[in-house]
Amino acid sequence: MARYALRRVLLAVPVLLGVLLIGFFLMQVVPTDPAVIRAGPQATQEVVDAIREELGLNRPLWAQFGFYLWRLLQGDLGVSIINNMAVTQELSDTIGPTLELMFASLFWSIPLGIGLGTLAAYWRGSMIDRCIMAVSVGGVSVPVFFLGLLLIWLVGFQWQLLPFTGRGGPLWTWDGIQAVILPAVTLGGVFVGPVARMTRTAVVDMLTADHVRTARAKGLSEFLVVLRHALRNALIPVITLIGLQIGFLLGGAVVTETIFSWPGVGRLAVGAILSSDFPMAQGTIIVLSAGFILINLGVDLLYAVLDPRVRLS
Amino acid sequence: MTLLSVENLVTSFRTSAGEVRAVDGVSITVERGQTLGIVGESGCGKSVLSLSIMGLLAHPGRVTEGRVMLEGRNLLDLSSRQMRDVRGREIGMIFQEPMTSLNPVYSIGYQITEAMRAHDPKASNAELRARAVAVLDRVRIPSAARRFDEYPHQLSGGMRQRVMIAMALACKPKLVIADEPTTALDVTVQAQILELLRELQAETGMGIILITHDLGVIAEMADKVAVMYAGRVVERSASADLFDDPQHPYTLGLLGSIPRVDEDKTRLTAIEGTVPPPFAWPPGCRFAPRCPFSVEACTVSPPPLREVAPHHSAACLEAPL
Ligand SMILES: Nc1ncnc2c1ncn2[C@@H]1O[C@H](COP(=O)(O)OP(=O)(O)OP(=O)(O)O)[C@@H](O)[C@H]1O
Ligand code: SF4
Ligand SMILES: [Mg+2]
Repeated sequence: MARYALRRVLLAVPVLLGVLLIGFFLMQVVPTDPAVIRAGPQATQEVVDAIREELGLNRPLWAQFGFYLWRLLQGDLGVSIINNMAVTQELSDTIGPTLELMFASLFWSIPLGIGLGTLAAYWRGSMIDRCIMAVSVGGVSVPVFFLGLLLIWLVGFQWQLLPFTGRGGPLWTWDGIQAVILPAVTLGGVFVGPVARMTRTAVVDMLTADHVRTARAKGLSEFLVVLRHALRNALIPVITLIGLQIGFLLGGAVVTETIFSWPGVGRLAVGAILSSDFPMAQGTIIVLSAGFILINLGVDLLYAVLDPRVRLS
Repeated sequence: MTLLSVENLVTSFRTSAGEVRAVDGVSITVERGQTLGIVGESGCGKSVLSLSIMGLLAHPGRVTEGRVMLEGRNLLDLSSRQMRDVRGREIGMIFQEPMTSLNPVYSIGYQITEAMRAHDPKASNAELRARAVAVLDRVRIPSAARRFDEYPHQLSGGMRQRVMIAMALACKPKLVIADEPTTALDVTVQAQILELLRELQAETGMGIILITHDLGVIAEMADKVAVMYAGRVVERSASADLFDDPQHPYTLGLLGSIPRVDEDKTRLTAIEGTVPPPFAWPPGCRFAPRCPFSVEACTVSPPPLREVAPHHSAACLEAPL
């Protein structure tokens, strides 16, 4: 188990390096000159050249990348070329709210999706099944931004029930909870349908397995059969499928944060890209990709917890 | 009283090709402490019969006629709640594939205690554990206490089948249905598992229905035997009588296809052709297209099972042969 975990962690290193490289070169192909942005619209050519020298932009690309990596290893991601703020500082200020939003979104949507999918599987073929699946398919086809705007207009604007801009404070305060509800319902809401559908399929599939017949032959109730011998085993494929949706989740977080002015990494990324703030954009890419890798790592480790064949091999 | 008597059971499947009677009027009996062997080629309805007895038929299968009398009680009249109490506690079942019939994510100890807890919800964990270790011991699993926490993938096929047997016996059922319990195992392990079943039967006095397509297993294990062909019982007798004096042409064919020591007996070569699927059964005797004895009358209506010698019945117009 420990070796399995270590192997997964080591495998993540080259992936992260690849992401850094791609991020770096993506920034190079954008036809905007960071030195010009930094210098401002009125700057003379001399000033721009001086800044270019200062930022090391005259050096060959590989040297720039090496220098970038070297500073990265020391925990230095440079400063914003817009407002001179240290990138690491901005990132560490925004990671917390993003994690908060993710947690608040997933902690209700994944259990709800799995629960609905299981109920649909238990009552497969009945009216209840059809209703749950109809709602899920509806949920899948609603884009994040649409759900967000709908909630803002209805709950925030028309009914004035909940705040819809910014973060209200830490999650353990009342203000914090109130402020996170609408963004979390938005981001989590688009997740419930897919999770429910994947769960239903996986559980119904599992119900035809030989070990399920054995469980029935023991005299277990159908409810226990579904819960212990179908859902429990189906969690392995369901977790895999949820893992595959992580990109979708991160993308959704960027949109949700932007709509709700949530002070997270996603909104920071959008702002940095729109203002051609290269170091900042690159920093957010690193954080989002690292998040992607970490969640995948978590999924892999969760496998081991769920499947003794992985755990004990 | 007879332990189990299945009377004129009909199980049909509603399919796109129409109603299919996978089991068509089967009657069998099992006595306490005895083994009834059911033998027949693949697809003749052996598994459907056993699932019908257990009330485990999956949609679209349905028992449409007949009775399943367990100690005088018709199981087909029970509610699903009552039937759940019968499964595991009164009738245990052993399946063919020890690889897939155990749940890979639970320890074998958990899976055995789960069967016990289903019928004894008040028992404490410690008590169930002790009882499960005792059952594992009884199916001759070495160092049972240590094996308790192991997972199915850590055991060999033979050990897993022992676990399956332990699970079927966990609640001391009166009847155990073993559906091809050794088909997936290699020969030496097969012999050990059969030996184990016989010992356990002697200890507990349980009745066994042993389903197989291997006549060698029948010869070794069964007191009585029912030969099935295309959803029907075509011959029924004491096991010894079946081998000494088979009365149905199909049985003759089956015997011809296993090696025999006493070469002086009349022999048929292995039976020509294959079992027709249920939707293609001929109107008369279902064996007629493959039968070397068939006469004109065979194609008119299915011959009933009738006694052709004391305690020996065959469903053949030409019997006794
Ligand atoms: N779900 C189903 N739908 C339609 N027909 C079915 C279904 N299940 C079984 N049958 C029919 O029942 C017949 C008997 O199947 P069964 O599994 O009982 O055979 P078997 O004697 O156990 O064979 P084997 O030796 O291969 O295990 C099959 O020929 C098949 O046509
Ligand atoms: S009834 Fe006729 S066809 Fe059928 S087994 Fe007997 S002889 Fe053969
Ligand atoms: Mg079978």
